Amino acid sequence: MSIIIDKNTKVICQGFTGGQGTFHSQQAIEYGTKMVGGVTPGKGGNTHLNLPVFNTVQEAIETTHADASVIYVPAKFATKAVHEALDANVKIITCITEGIPVLDMIEIKKRVIAQKTFFIGPNCPGIVTPEECKIGIMPGFIHQKGKIGIVSRSGTLTYEAIWQTSQIGLGQTTSIGIGGDPIQGMNFIDCLDLFLKDEETKGILMIGEIGGTAEEAAAEFVKSSSIKKPISAFIAGLSAPKGKRMGHAGAIISGNKGTAQSKIDALRKAEVHIAPSPAKLGETMLKAMQSSDS
Amino acid sequence: MNLHEYQAKKLLQQFGLPLLKGKAYVNNLKTIEKDLSDLSGPPWIVKSQIHAGGRGAGYFQKPFNDKGGVQVIQDKAQVPVIANSMLGNILVTKQTGADGKKVNRLFIEEECKIEKEFYLSLLIDRTNSQLMLMISAAGGMNIEDVAEKNPEKIFTTHFPDLTKINLPKNLEKQLEINSSQFEELSSISKKLVKAFKSLDASTIEINPLVLNSQGNFVLLDAKVILDDNALFRHPELGNLKDISEENPLEYEASQNDMSYVKLDGSIGCMVNGAGLAMATMDIIKQFEEEPANFLDLGGTANKERAIKGFKIIQSDTNVRSVLINIFGGIIRCDMIASGIVEAIKELNFTLPIVVRFQGTNAAQGRDIINQSSSDVISIDDLTEAAKKAVELAQ
Repeated sequence: MSIIIDKNTKVICQGFTGGQGTFHSQQAIEYGTKMVGGVTPGKGGNTHLNLPVFNTVQEAIETTHADASVIYVPAKFATKAVHEALDANVKIITCITEGIPVLDMIEIKKRVIAQKTFFIGPNCPGIVTPEECKIGIMPGFIHQKGKIGIVSRSGTLTYEAIWQTSQIGLGQTTSIGIGGDPIQGMNFIDCLDLFLKDEETKGILMIGEIGGTAEEAAAEFVKSSSIKKPISAFIAGLSAPKGKRMGHAGAIISGNKGTAQSKIDALRKAEVHIAPSPAKLGETMLKAMQSSDS
Repeated sequence: MNLHEYQAKKLLQQFGLPLLKGKAYVNNLKTIEKDLSDLSGPPWIVKSQIHAGGRGAGYFQKPFNDKGGVQVIQDKAQVPVIANSMLGNILVTKQTGADGKKVNRLFIEEECKIEKEFYLSLLIDRTNSQLMLMISAAGGMNIEDVAEKNPEKIFTTHFPDLTKINLPKNLEKQLEINSSQFEELSSISKKLVKAFKSLDASTIEINPLVLNSQGNFVLLDAKVILDDNALFRHPELGNLKDISEENPLEYEASQNDMSYVKLDGSIGCMVNGAGLAMATMDIIKQFEEEPANFLDLGGTANKERAIKGFKIIQSDTNVRSVLINIFGGIIRCDMIASGIVEAIKELNFTLPIVVRFQGTNAAQGRDIINQSSSDVISIDDLTEAAKKAVELAQ
C-alpha cells in the first residue's frame, strides 16, 4: 500500500488551462494519473487535454467526484483557490504555488486542521505513488515502486532522494515534498505517522533543512512511536550562515535556533541514521535497512 | 523586507501607537535647522538608520567623538554638526560585520525619560502556526541573550484568533506593572496586532518598549519586517525598500528570479533548487573548502538565467572554481548546458568549471558540454564532482 494517493485517486487541476497547469497535467496523464478535469474560472464548458473544464471547484467535484485537487494558480490568486477547494471539501489538496502570504497560511492551516484535509504544500513539488498517481511537478522517470517512504522539505533534493533510492534498488511506496514555507499543511510528523502505519513502507527517508524546529519535533515523535522502522535523514544547510534566508522562506537560522547541527543531534538521539552527504541518501537508507534486519 | 526604524514608526503611528516626535533625513540635512524648532528639547536624539541592530554600541569608521550610532545631544547647535558627521559615515555594529554599513539616513527624535524598559515582539510561531507575542521586563537587551541566560524572564502568549487579542492578567504581576499600565499594554498589543495584519508583517519587534517618567508606555525603537510574499497587496509598502541596504549582487539575482547569498569561500556554486543548493555547499565544506555563494537558479531556470548566474559568480573575485549541480526536472539539463557554453563565450569566463547533471536530459547535457570547445569538466557523481571542484580551486 501507499499513503494518501493511489491508482484510484481522481485528480482535478486548479489553474488547468494556464502554462504550468497544462504542462504538468499532461505529464501526470502520461504517468497514468487519473486526471478527471480542471478548473479555470470563465472557461467552464470547454475541453482541455480531452478533459472537461469547470468554472468552480464545487462544480468540478460534483461532476467528476474527484478526491484530490492540485493548485498551480499564481500566488496572487492562490489563497482564494485554496479556500475554494476547502469550501468544496476536497480531501487531498496539493498546492504547488510559491509565494502565499504567511498570514493567509495561518487561516488556511486552521481550516485544514478542522476539516482533516490532507494539505500538501504550499511551495512544494507534490506527491507521487510510483506507477499509480503523480500529483505535482516531480519528474516521473526517477520514481520506482518499492518500500521506502520519502518526506522532504526540499524540491530538487527530493528528486535526489527518490533517484538514489531507485538506483540502489529500494524504490518508494510514496514520496511527498511538504514544501519550504514556514507554515505548511502536512508536516514531517503527519507524514511519518502515515508511513509508520503503512505496512508496505519498510523504511523512511526524511530530508530536512535549516530553519524552524520541525525536524526536532519529528525526532521526538520517532522516539515516542511504538512502531519502529529504519529511518534515515539528511539535513541541508550545515554550511549556511546565520540570519540569511537560503532561498526558501522557511530556511533561515534565527538566533541560535534552526541550525542543521541541532536537527542532526536531535535525530541521532532518536536513532535516525544521518546521511553524511547529499550523495549518500540511498546508501544510508540501505544501511539503515540492513542494520535493522540483522 | 526590512524597514528602517523611521519608516516602521511612521507606519505604526497610523495605528495610534505611542511614539515620540521625530524627523527623518535621507541623504541630506537641508531642513534640519527649521525642524529642530519643532522638536522639543534639549536633548535631541540623533539615530543612524541602517538595517542592523546594535547601533548605539557601534562605532564609526571615521571617528568624530567617542559615542556610537545613536547619540544624545544637549547643545542644539551641535545637532547639525553631529548629524553631518554621521551622514555618509560607515557605522560598524555587532550585526554589520567588520565592513560596517554606510549611514545614508538619519532620524532625529525628541527625548524620553525612561523609568523601565521592556522587550515586546510579535512573530509567527511555526510550531503551532499561530501569531505569538513575546514580552519581557528585560528590555533594551539582546533578546537572544535573555533567552539563553534567563528564559524564565520571557513570557509568551499565542493568538489563535486574531480578532480576539487579550493579554493574560498574570502579566501584570510578572512584569511588575500596575493595572492601568496593564490596560495600556493590552491596548498597545491590540494595535500592534492590527498593524501586523494590515501591513502583512512577518515580525514586529519593539526593543525597548519603555515606561516614561509619567508612567506611560512609549515605543522607543521599532523593527518591522514585512512578508515579501504579501507585498503584491501593498505596492505602496514596496516603495519603502532601501536598495542601498541590499547586497548589489543579491539584489540583481532577486530581480532575475534567482536567490543568491554571498559567502566568503572560493568555490562558486550554481544549483537548481534551494535544498540542493544548500546540500551542494555542504558537500564542498566536507572537502575542506568553503562555498563562495548560495545560488538557486529557481524552478523555471532557462539558458538566459544560467548566463545571468555566471555573471553574478564572475563578479565575485574570491571565486577560484565553479561547481554546477543540476537535477533536471522541469528544467532540462541540455538547456542549462547550452547556457553554460554560451555564457563562457559571452563572458570570456576563464575559471575552471565542473558540471554535474542528473535527471531530465542529463545525457544530452553532458554531450553538449563534452562536444564544446570549453574546458568544462562533466562528472556524474556528485561526490567526485565536488572533489574535483575543490581540487581545481587549490
